[in-house]
Amino acid sequence: MAPAARMRLLKLAVIWVVLLTAPYWSAPIGGYPALCSRVVILGMAAMAFNLLLGFTGIMSFGHAAFFGLGAYGAGLALKFATSSTILAIIAGVLLGTIAGALLGALVVRRRGVYFAMVTIAFGQIFYFIAFRWNTLTGGDDGLRGFARQPVGIGRWLLDIQHNDILFYDFVLVVLAVVAGLMGLLLQSPFGRTLLAIRENERRARFLGIAVDLHIWLAFVASCLFVACAGALYACLNNFADPTLFNYNMSGTIVIMAVLGGFRAFWGPMLGAAVFVVMQDYLSSMMQNWMWAVGLIFMAVVLFFPRGILGVLRRRASA
Amino acid sequence: MTELLLFNVTNGLIIGAFYVLMALGLSLILNLSGVINFAHGGFLALGGYIAFTMQPFIGFWGALLLAPVLVAVLGLLLERTMIRRLYGRDPLYSLLLTFGLAFILQDFTRYVWGANGLPFTVPAFLAAPISDQLFFVTWYRLFMVAVVAIAVGGLFLFLRYTRTGVRIRAGTLDLETVSVLGVNVGGLRAYNFALGIFLAGLAGVLASGQLSLVPNMGDSLLMPSFVAIIVGGVGSLPGTLLGGLLIGLASGLVTLFWPSAADAVIYVIMAIVLLLRPRGLLGEEGMLG
Repeated sequence: MAPAARMRLLKLAVIWVVLLTAPYWSAPIGGYPALCSRVVILGMAAMAFNLLLGFTGIMSFGHAAFFGLGAYGAGLALKFATSSTILAIIAGVLLGTIAGALLGALVVRRRGVYFAMVTIAFGQIFYFIAFRWNTLTGGDDGLRGFARQPVGIGRWLLDIQHNDILFYDFVLVVLAVVAGLMGLLLQSPFGRTLLAIRENERRARFLGIAVDLHIWLAFVASCLFVACAGALYACLNNFADPTLFNYNMSGTIVIMAVLGGFRAFWGPMLGAAVFVVMQDYLSSMMQNWMWAVGLIFMAVVLFFPRGILGVLRRRASA
Repeated sequence: MTELLLFNVTNGLIIGAFYVLMALGLSLILNLSGVINFAHGGFLALGGYIAFTMQPFIGFWGALLLAPVLVAVLGLLLERTMIRRLYGRDPLYSLLLTFGLAFILQDFTRYVWGANGLPFTVPAFLAAPISDQLFFVTWYRLFMVAVVAIAVGGLFLFLRYTRTGVRIRAGTLDLETVSVLGVNVGGLRAYNFALGIFLAGLAGVLASGQLSLVPNMGDSLLMPSFVAIIVGGVGSLPGTLLGGLLIGLASGLVTLFWPSAADAVIYVIMAIVLLLRPRGLLGEEGMLG
């Protein structure tokens, strides 16, 4: 095996060992299984978002929309249609993906700040729908009255409903699937083409690549995985509310990716871990903590624009 | 029915006037510097609060003039110290910076003035209704529209007839050439940024006479302002003006027939515009992609 491949395998092994044991090693330092689940779920969302930012060079600022749709889709399915957690997640994913495909078609020809602005604005439409459609979504109070259900595998029934660590493991299984699919996607000729678009869109166009189509497909894939994270988030909290759709949520997804390092596949997961833990700590310390989150945003931009992994990599190569 | 219709049309136009002030400021900054200023709503609220604090000392008229200037000075300081560093970099960073700044400004106003709404009193003759038939239109509403009209007119005259204004417009089209011609582009951008923030502050003072003063009062105006810019066409200030009035009027009218859809209708308009005319109503092809 080539040294580079061995190195990658080693890194992957370390990442998964850390993830799998997180509920145990984090307990003495104030972690708890639900917090671990939140980190992994938001990290999944940030990684999915990063398909666009890090690997296609497209800045979407409206991913809260698809995260929220995944959450509401799963919540509504559990409440009204099914008692299967997995079917509910699939429902959420479908809802988010369809919306992503439609909105993506509207925005795909925009670039740069314009793309960011259009996606921010469109994200808000779902906020208002969730906010106003009281009878279905519960309006401002949020969607309640559903709970994730135990998952049966063959003869076993995994009680992810009451056992938080089992639910965390369930989240990790979904993460394995999602990360595997995203990894395969990026390794494929399609993923390589996305990198070419990121590096030089004009040259990619001259090579005869259907740039808009590729960006649209990347957008839809990204929405699919973000919606999956959103569906898990609804299952985690047994609750979904309109703030999931808010542009603050979109900003959170972006900052997690940038904080961890958006040029690295696992960077957003690291960013999510740091951000969520800091937020959890800050909100337990003080009542008004948004300014501190704002400071994190500004500090990242001014001092760590390449993120934690970016800084580490530069150290390593220097 | 006619009165109700009239009521909603005037409401729509007034809210549209706010969108226009907000969106013109955003547009100025976006066009020249490529920065989406997420903190614009925070500057708006700050303008309202500063006016509230100054009013007992210098009166309504003094506050109306001075508060936006103070907010613009603050904007200038932030531009010089932080935002300026990000001009050459990916627009992602200025977006995230102003995003964080928005959080900080909002918590700052909450910390200083409290989270509860504060009353901002306007002069008595402005608070009175115009007539018995038109009891729903106070003089203040007309006054707001007039101030907005003066501000917008002044802005367009400034951009058309003064040297700085011409440079700002030229810089929007081709900043590199403007720089090569010997214009201090950094100074121009700073000046332009402060101008945009001034408009936000002015909108804040006007809004606090109509709505109540709360720290997040700018939030509900920010997204519609983005929509106004996109509908009107990125890069075009007349487009922004048109877009703001259009979506204000549309949400006013929809409130009459289907109140719960009033917030969402502007996004539907945006979707239609993007579908039929991707560059926006008055936008030019190729501006900012």
